[in-house]
Formats: sequence, C-alpha cells, structure tokens
Amino acid sequence: MRELLSGNEAVARGAYEAGVRLAASYPGTPSTEILETLAAQYRSIYSQWSPNEKVAFEVAIGASIGGARALVTMKHVGLNVAADPFMTFAYTGVNGGLVVVSADDPEMHSSQNEQDNRFYARFAQVPMLEPSDSQESKDMVLTAFELSETFDTPVMLRMSTRISHSKGIVELSEPNSGPDKKFVKDPAKYVMIPANARKRHVVVAERLEKLRQFTEETPLNFVEENGSKIGIISGGVAYQYAKEVAPDFDYLKLGMSYPLPLKKIAEFIKSHDRVVVVEELEPFYEDQIKAAGFPVEGKKYFGNLGELSPYRVAQGLKEAGVIDEIKAVAIAPEPDMFPRPPVLCPGCPHRGAFMALKKLKVAVTGDIGCYTLGVLQPLNALDTCICMGASIGSAIGMEKVKGSKKGTVAVIGDSTFLHSGVTGLMDAVYNNSNATIIILDNRATAMTGGQQHPGTGLTLMGDKAYEIDIKTLVTALGVKNFREVDPYDYNTTLDAIKEEMAKPGPSVIVASRPCVLMPKRIMDEPYVVDLELCNGCSACFRISCPAIATSTETNEHGHPKAEIDTTLCTGCTLCAQICPTEAIILKSQFVEV
Amino acid sequence: MTDESLNILIVGVGGQGVLLASEIISEAAMKSGYDIKKSEVHGMSQRGGIVSSHVKIAPKVYSPTIQYGQADVLMAFEQAEGLRALDWMKSDGVAIVSTTMLIPAIVTSSKKLTYPEDAVGEMKRKAERVIIVPADKIAAELGNPRVVNTILLGVLSNYAPFEYDLWIEMLKTKVKARFVEVNLQAFERGRNIKLSSVEA
Repeated sequence: MRELLSGNEAVARGAYEAGVRLAASYPGTPSTEILETLAAQYRSIYSQWSPNEKVAFEVAIGASIGGARALVTMKHVGLNVAADPFMTFAYTGVNGGLVVVSADDPEMHSSQNEQDNRFYARFAQVPMLEPSDSQESKDMVLTAFELSETFDTPVMLRMSTRISHSKGIVELSEPNSGPDKKFVKDPAKYVMIPANARKRHVVVAERLEKLRQFTEETPLNFVEENGSKIGIISGGVAYQYAKEVAPDFDYLKLGMSYPLPLKKIAEFIKSHDRVVVVEELEPFYEDQIKAAGFPVEGKKYFGNLGELSPYRVAQGLKEAGVIDEIKAVAIAPEPDMFPRPPVLCPGCPHRGAFMALKKLKVAVTGDIGCYTLGVLQPLNALDTCICMGASIGSAIGMEKVKGSKKGTVAVIGDSTFLHSGVTGLMDAVYNNSNATIIILDNRATAMTGGQQHPGTGLTLMGDKAYEIDIKTLVTALGVKNFREVDPYDYNTTLDAIKEEMAKPGPSVIVASRPCVLMPKRIMDEPYVVDLELCNGCSACFRISCPAIATSTETNEHGHPKAEIDTTLCTGCTLCAQICPTEAIILKSQFVEV
Repeated sequence: MTDESLNILIVGVGGQGVLLASEIISEAAMKSGYDIKKSEVHGMSQRGGIVSSHVKIAPKVYSPTIQYGQADVLMAFEQAEGLRALDWMKSDGVAIVSTTMLIPAIVTSSKKLTYPEDAVGEMKRKAERVIIVPADKIAAELGNPRVVNTILLGVLSNYAPFEYDLWIEMLKTKVKARFVEVNLQAFERGRNIKLSSVEA
C-alpha cells in the first residue's frame, strides 16, 4: 500500500507500525500534526496533549519505564522546556523504547529562533536519526525504537519544517505489537541519586562507544557512487537539495548523524579529490569531522543562517568551484512589493485588548501565540516576545526596576498560561509585583490550529475532561485583584486595565471570548460603512482588521473612506465602537438613500 | 511537462484554498504513476499571510521544493501574489492568475505602502505565457466565492498530464459533499479557458 504522507503523518504511521502504546506532546509548529494524526487515525495508541513539553516527556518516560514503547514529540524550542528530563533520562535509559521527535524550524517560519537541535543529541549523548523525506520519516521511527531498546537509550528523531510539512509517497507496512515488557523495580537504573547517577554516567560512555561502532556499520549511513572525484557529505533535507542540483557527484548520506561514522567519513574523504559538507543551519557535521582531523569544507559556501534551498545549495557548490553554472533565473523579481504579514483574524477577540493597550502606551511584555501578531503595524502593541510564559516573569522584572514610566502589562494566552505562565504568576504574588497580567482567554491553542488544552474540557482523543477554571486557579495562587472583561467591549477593557494598573500588588484580568475560528466559526451579523457619515479619518484602518478596506470614495482631503467586506466581517463591533462619526452600523439597519 | 518533470508553484493568501488545490494535484500525480513531492509551510501563514505550495512531479523527485526560477507553472489565486512570485517561473512557463485582489490592512492603513495598480498587466509585460482568469467574477456567478481555487485547477488541467476523469474523481473525493456540484461547475468553467482563448 502506498500513500501520500507528510513527514509528520509518516512519523505517526511509523509509531503505529512500531507498536507504540503511548504518545505525548504539546502542540508546536512544525510538529503538531504527528499527534493529531495519531488521535485521528491510529486510535489504538493512547495519545495526549500535555500542558507543556516537559510534562509530555515525563509522561513518555513513565510509559517507557512501565514497559511500553513511547513517543514524545515537540518543536525545537519545546526541547528546551523538556531538556531537564531528557538529559537525565539519557543516563537511566529505557525499558520500552522511547523516541523523542524534535521538529526544528530553520528560517523561523513559525518560531522565535532557529536553534539547531542536533546539538542536543550530542549534548545528551544519545543517538540521532535524521530523515530526509516522508518514507525515511516512517522507516526511521521503526529503526529508532529498535535502537532504543538494543542500546538502552532514548533516541532522537530530528525533523525539520521541510521534512515535517512536505508530502511524499510512503510504502506502508503491517504494524507489529512491540515488545511485551512490564515494569521491573530497578532503583540503581532509574533513581538518579548521585551514587547511582555516577555509575550510569559510565554506562552512557560505554554505550556511546558501542554506538560509534554501530554507526559505522548501519545502512542508515550509505555511500552512493557515481564515479565522481567530488564527494558530498549530507543529511536531512539538505541531501535532497544537493541531489537535485548535483546528481552526478558521489554522496555519503548520513541517516544516523550522532554519533557520526567518522571512519566511514575518513574513507570517503580519502577516496575523493574534494569533499564538501552540505548541511542546514550550524556546522554540526563539519566541525566534528574537522575536529577528528579530516579536511572538509562546507559552511563557508552555504552559511549557517536560515533555510537552505536547491538554489542556495547550487550557489554554494558554484562558489566552491565544483559546479560551473546554475540554472538561470529568467524573470526579474518585482521590486518594492508590499509585505503581507499574517494578521489577527476579523473578529479576533485579542484585537480589543491590543487597541486598549496601544491607547495606554504602557510597556507590554508579550508571549507566544496568535496574539504575538499584536506587535505588527498598525497595532504596534507589543514590546517583548521571548519564549513560552516569558511575559509574566519579564513584566515582574521590568516593573521592579520601573523600566516603564507608564507601567507594565503582561499579555499571555490561556494555553500558554497553562503551559508555563502559572509559575510566573506565583512569582508575581510571592514577590508582590505591581504588574498587571492580562490572560487572553480564547479557549484554544489557536496559533497551531485550535488544539485542546487543560482548560477546554476535552482531551486530544476527544474524551471529556475536567475544565480547569482560570479564576479558581489564579485566586488560589493568592491573586487579590482579579476581574474578567469582554474584549469586544473596548471602553470597559480600557478602564479595567487602567484601574488594575493603579492598584498595588499583582492584578489579573481575564479577557474572555472564544476564538472566532475554533472550535466553531463565529459569524454574527456583519457591519457596513455609511459613506454619507464616514469622514475618511482612518481610525478603523488602524485596528488592523482584514475585513476593513479602503473605499473608492474619498473625503475632502482625498483620503479614502472605509468599506467593510461583509463576507469577512464577523460583527464583533470593535470598529463601530471607535468610529467617531458613528458611520459603522449593522447591515440590517443600513438604509441606502 | 518538460524533461518528463512538472514543477507547479501555487500561491495565494491564507484561506483561499491553496493547500486543497495542491493536495488534489499531488494525489492525481501519484495516481497517474509519477513520483511526487509537495511542500508548504503551515503555522503563521494561516492568518491572512502568504501561502505557497510547491508541487513537484517527475519519474523521481528529490527536493520537495522547486528551485528558484524553475517553475513550469505558476498558479496564483491573488494577482499581487502572482506578480510577487513570477520570478520563480521559467521564461517559457505558464502563469495562471486570478484577477482576485486582496489588499491587506497593513497597506490600507499605510501612507507609504501601495498595492500594485495593474498586477496582471505587469505580469503580462514580464512573461510570455500569462493566462488571466477572472476567477473571482466566475466564482461570484456560481454563487460561491470559495471556488476560485477549483476554477484555476480547471485551467491547469489543460497543462497537466492527468486524465480528465481523474480530475473529476479527485474533486469528488477531496471536496466536502455539499460543495461537490459547485466545484465541478467551477472546474468546467476553468477548463474552457486556455492561453489561446485568452489571447484571441
């Protein structure tokens, strides 16, 4: 059976075929679809969203020690959150196999950095497999579980955006049932008190030596001979780019890229006149190969920033002098095109909160989610975005040093608050911060596609769950100044922020309105612009609503009046509330003269 | 198809159905016996940003993305996005562009940024084979603004090596049941538009 699968769908299929019994994750682009596919198509596997990646990793650890094969998936920065259990689980090793998927995001299509997580495999001294297409994504999951159990180690599967989100043809196989293991008490292996951990560290070193032998022999690392004097060492999606633009060279393709097969690499280098390393992001292969004393080149031709592409690889190979020319680009790029950044949707409840914050000119520490888009013109209402949960901690710090004369407000979404904002809020109470914290509660993990979380009342697999109540949680932490507002009510939201900022001690405002897209699309009666009343002041343009466009009619200064696309307008009323001439009215109340 | 390979770049704005269109082309290619890879970026782009999908069809495909400047076909669901992506196309490639205009708030609210006055005209000046499709108007006539993508698939069907019946089968399986009928009509309207009929 052949199917067209994305890399993420192929990982899910691989988990199914490998007899995985538990999978855990927190949503994060580009990894999210792995668990979504499991929950939708392979329901024999228990799969769950955890509040964050650290917990997800620990859940998978429990399943592994309990004897089952377990999968844990996350985006690259998620592994920072989960690094604590990861580093020490590398010492204890597994019972049932455990595979951790790190989906990196070169080019930062949907991320705050483009860290190269291949270093994590070396850091934790665990084996890493790097698929270069969907078929390998599936196959390598099966291999990874075998390796995990054979070498008693977690195994990292390193994906990237182009592997996760590209589709290719995958040959499917029948599932196996995985090993039949049970939990066996073994504190010397699993209880990492110093006396035990010291012994386990020796085991890690011995394991790494065995893996160094294995990586020389495994067909995951293979040579393709084409009778060329030029050799390319590559892995991941970079291998596909290189094959596309220079198919006639010899290749050493690295499928297991930690530990590297240094003997195989040395032989490959010896048997070629020149060897070029083609890898995306950091010189992970190149530096290790050079440190082993072998002459290779690479990064000086390709750079270590952003995504590679067939064109960039061709340019690099040309610069290296191993290819003569690149296929021509025939049509000149269009200069001075306007940007089209992603924007908050029409009717997005975050808009009301940002309109108020913009008006107040306060320092706004932001967080990770759709609402990060509040930074963009014309809203310009966000001052920081660092990592999940950082809004609260940084608001505390900024407020303690009185960094902003007009005060400091943190904005954080509901899913992000439950991910890692709760401990920040505890700090705000404990250390008596004067910061005001707005929880933008839209009841969804919206940016990644509306996944469930501990506050939505449903699990990944669709079961009913206890709905964590944010008010109860926040007040239990000791927050005295708590209130809820409707972010569709602009003036009330504005006043609430002003009042809470004036109070001593931490305040929490929950701006509560469901996401307009999920779980159900909200479409109330649309509004229209009465061009007789519109004076072309442009106030409504500045709230950055995709439903508001310029009219062909202009005011006396030649400035365009406004027009509303009624197929996009959700009837949120925010533009009508700020229109100084009351020109924006319900469609049904509009009477054309 | 040139050199037995076909590179199709599809561009549009979040919500225009770029991903569904590329899904239909990719499945059709697989069912026609080709190797196929397609690539797109999800995430932030869903929120009204630019969406692009690379579809690569050949006996054996390596890179999931098209090499810059090497697209055989450019399908643009929005005219400024067609102009923006035109440099991805070969000089003898075919551009299929909808006259749809979607002007973002960042332009509407700005005094400096402008939307191109005549994006489709500019495309015609820069490339030889440009098919301008009034897909937004056709979609309005059909009573569903969301079928712009299917109209353009209809135009593409004249330039892709798949059987007619396979296109119809793909539409019937990939489109929600209650929208199948309007999508079939949209496909036929597009299929009647060819380079020669536009230039004549």
